Amino acid sequence: MRASTFPAFSRSRLWPAVVLLMLAPLLSACGYNTIPTAEENAKAAWSEVLNQYQRRADLIPNLVETVKGYASHEKEVLEGVVEARAKATQVTVTPETLSDPNAFKAFQDNQAQLTGALSRLLAVVENYPDLKANQNFLALQAQLEGTENRIAVARRDYIGAVRDYNLTLRTFPSVIWAKLWFTDAQPFQNFTVEQDKMDAPKVEFGTRSGG
Amino acid sequence: MRMTGAGFRSSALAAFLLALALIAIVAPVRAAEFPALTGRVVDTAGMIDPATEAELTAKLAAFEQKSSDQIVVATIDSLDGEAIEPYANRLFRAWKLGQAGENNGILLLVAKNDRRMRIEVGYGLEGTLTDLHSKLIIENTMVPAFRAGDFSGGINRAVDDIIMVAEGNGAELQARAERNQPSQDSGFDWFVVIFVVLWATIFFGGFAMAILPRIYGRKIAPGRYTWLGMNFDFRNKGGSGSSSSGGWSSGRSSGGWSSGGGGFSGGGGSSGGGGSSGSW
Repeated sequence: MRASTFPAFSRSRLWPAVVLLMLAPLLSACGYNTIPTAEENAKAAWSEVLNQYQRRADLIPNLVETVKGYASHEKEVLEGVVEARAKATQVTVTPETLSDPNAFKAFQDNQAQLTGALSRLLAVVENYPDLKANQNFLALQAQLEGTENRIAVARRDYIGAVRDYNLTLRTFPSVIWAKLWFTDAQPFQNFTVEQDKMDAPKVEFGTRSGG
Repeated sequence: MRMTGAGFRSSALAAFLLALALIAIVAPVRAAEFPALTGRVVDTAGMIDPATEAELTAKLAAFEQKSSDQIVVATIDSLDGEAIEPYANRLFRAWKLGQAGENNGILLLVAKNDRRMRIEVGYGLEGTLTDLHSKLIIENTMVPAFRAGDFSGGINRAVDDIIMVAEGNGAELQARAERNQPSQDSGFDWFVVIFVVLWATIFFGGFAMAILPRIYGRKIAPGRYTWLGMNFDFRNKGGSGSSSSGGWSSGRSSGGWSSGGGGFSGGGGSSGGGGSSGSW
């Protein structure tokens, strides 16, 4: 007798839990995972951007030293690069930076300043044939070019990833989850168009035939 | 009634036209007219003579056989105003050069009318074929030949240089080739065989125990049989012979066989913008 009432009691408690447990995997089918997935993708793309900017910052001391050996009296330009680098590297980037327009803009402005200072330096270098023939300088120049290009690629990937993430927060099936569950999910900031069109330092290698 | 029907039809037509117009507007944004990846040498601009092209194809195929690195040479007429770096990167990613997970592809791209060339290096080879290597190959090998009008020779020697650099680290090269052996037949997978045999025994054994005694066994009572020295009782469920064969299916996923031979295609690699570019 007791054996028959006990399972009935426990079953009434257990069933909803079991049903919920079985339905849980279905959540992924209705878009529950979309927002966290897109967010992590965007964060990963951002890490790559940071990584490449860091790589550029790491190249600069060597570059400045090499240029100094040949063009020490171009003090102003050299100091401009060193200063811009210091400013760009002292900005601390936290995860909140991505959703904070001001912090993001500060980061972007500092990096843009460094880009500008570097392109001035490389323009000045054009006047020093000895420096341009220096093997060490050539190596640094090739690396710097490569890094600028990697920055461009990383930024493009980041722009795409953030667009996907921001779309999930605003478009139909996933917006329900954004409103119900991920209420603290904020849209990420993206690079502005003007910033993205800013040229990498144009490095003419030896010849200026292309114009 | 007729009016509303006509009105409905015209509005439907308008919506359809609007959708068409939208597609027409949206489509060109994404449509980058990349040449098709027809082989290891995609000479859209017609800069390479047939003999060199055949030689290059054989050389690159042999190198991929050896190292699993995918090197592709492409020439195009014009970049249509785009810089060569983003174009090369997009083309590299569209063609998925290099093995998936290894990203060991290299794209040598020449834009004829823009007089630009680029060596785009996949993530996995950035450490081997560095930006400086690519720069030196372009400046010292390609540019002089191109200025002299010898496109075939310049590209051929540049490919030789690229292969030489990629081969430079012998140990790494061998390790990479071994990691990406295309479908080894030698490794007979005993684990799968044992699994299948076990599974089949359990699965079909259940059926056999349920059916065979009725056919081959000796009936000793209604619903009871004796066969091979065992007694089987089919009167109520849960009897000795009727193991309830559960309905789980095996975990072997079919498919995934890539077609051997045939055309050349990228292996799924990607590039993060490594390499170098130049002009002549």
